[in-house]
Amino acid sequence: MLGPADWVIWFLATLFEALVVVCSLHRNAFRRYFFLNLYMLFSVLVSVGQFRVLIHYGRSSLEYRYFYFYSQALLVISLYFALISLYSLVFRELKVEQYVRFGAVLLLAGTAWFSYAAVNQSSSRMVTHFAFELSQNLYFVGLVLTYVLWGAILKLRETRALLVQVVLSLGVYFSAHAASYAISNLRPDLFFRMGYLLPVIGCLLPLAWAYAIWRVPEEARIEPARLAVAHR
Amino acid sequence: MIAAVIFVISAAALLQFFFFYCRSLIAASAKQVLSAEVKDVTGIERTASGDDFKRVMQLLQLCPERPEDRTGVQAIGAYFSLLNFLRSTVARIVPSLRAWTELERGQCAYFAAVALERRISFSRDMLAQQMDA
Repeated sequence: MLGPADWVIWFLATLFEALVVVCSLHRNAFRRYFFLNLYMLFSVLVSVGQFRVLIHYGRSSLEYRYFYFYSQALLVISLYFALISLYSLVFRELKVEQYVRFGAVLLLAGTAWFSYAAVNQSSSRMVTHFAFELSQNLYFVGLVLTYVLWGAILKLRETRALLVQVVLSLGVYFSAHAASYAISNLRPDLFFRMGYLLPVIGCLLPLAWAYAIWRVPEEARIEPARLAVAHR
Repeated sequence: MIAAVIFVISAAALLQFFFFYCRSLIAASAKQVLSAEVKDVTGIERTASGDDFKRVMQLLQLCPERPEDRTGVQAIGAYFSLLNFLRSTVARIVPSLRAWTELERGQCAYFAAVALERRISFSRDMLAQQMDA
């Protein structure tokens, strides 16, 4: 049975995801951040699909769980490519885009293989656990890659404020998701008790991106090195 | 075991990214100059103090909300609470940390004042559009 909170969270998440695309179109940033927008469009489609399954079968049904974990796995793959597109933006001047793409595909394949191997060893319910394992591992790989990207931003003295905010909010999102997946792996009974935590976290990334695209002009500059210094 | 390691690393990274993200929001607003009207309303002249934050947030809540402003305001609210926590715990022992938390709290208040300025001008625009209609 759906409560008012489910409705509100679903509606807000879908609204914020659509808002990112609208803001990008309005600011003529759709093509520049194509993979970010593509991820948001996929998220809108998955939100609609997830809600339909939720209405028809309920939160605790097997159908909802299958749909939820597999759609999350597909979404995190598309977010992974959005992250790689940010790498391309940061490393554009070094002309290493094709190496970045090749490395990204190799890392994705490696993560999928590792997830398969881990599930194959420890679980009899391979199909359901593979999507969960892949999502968790990809969120963690995404977190590590975002951290490396942040390091590259500091090292290369990248000053585009919009890019910096997009990368940092992605870091918050990946680490929050990786932490919540890890804790639910440690205590599987906690995953469905956490209830609204993951959907609420899911609202934060589109909001942060919409805010950055809407409020921060493309030409705005920031000194990332100053953000990392706590004491002055 | 792997899940426990992932959890610890992720939680540490979450704190760090959240900290940098909030500072990037503050840095973007620090360059904006407040109008005389907002300075009068908030009582902030040149530099804001952490004690102004609560009052400015109350004023901010009186204005119509804008969805694209929500993340920034909420993130800075959470950051301000984190700073308050640091101020009342670790900063009691480390004096340099106390001075830094005070500075950051003041910048949070300035961020809120900049957001207030935006909301006031948004409300004005809405009112002007209604009058035209």
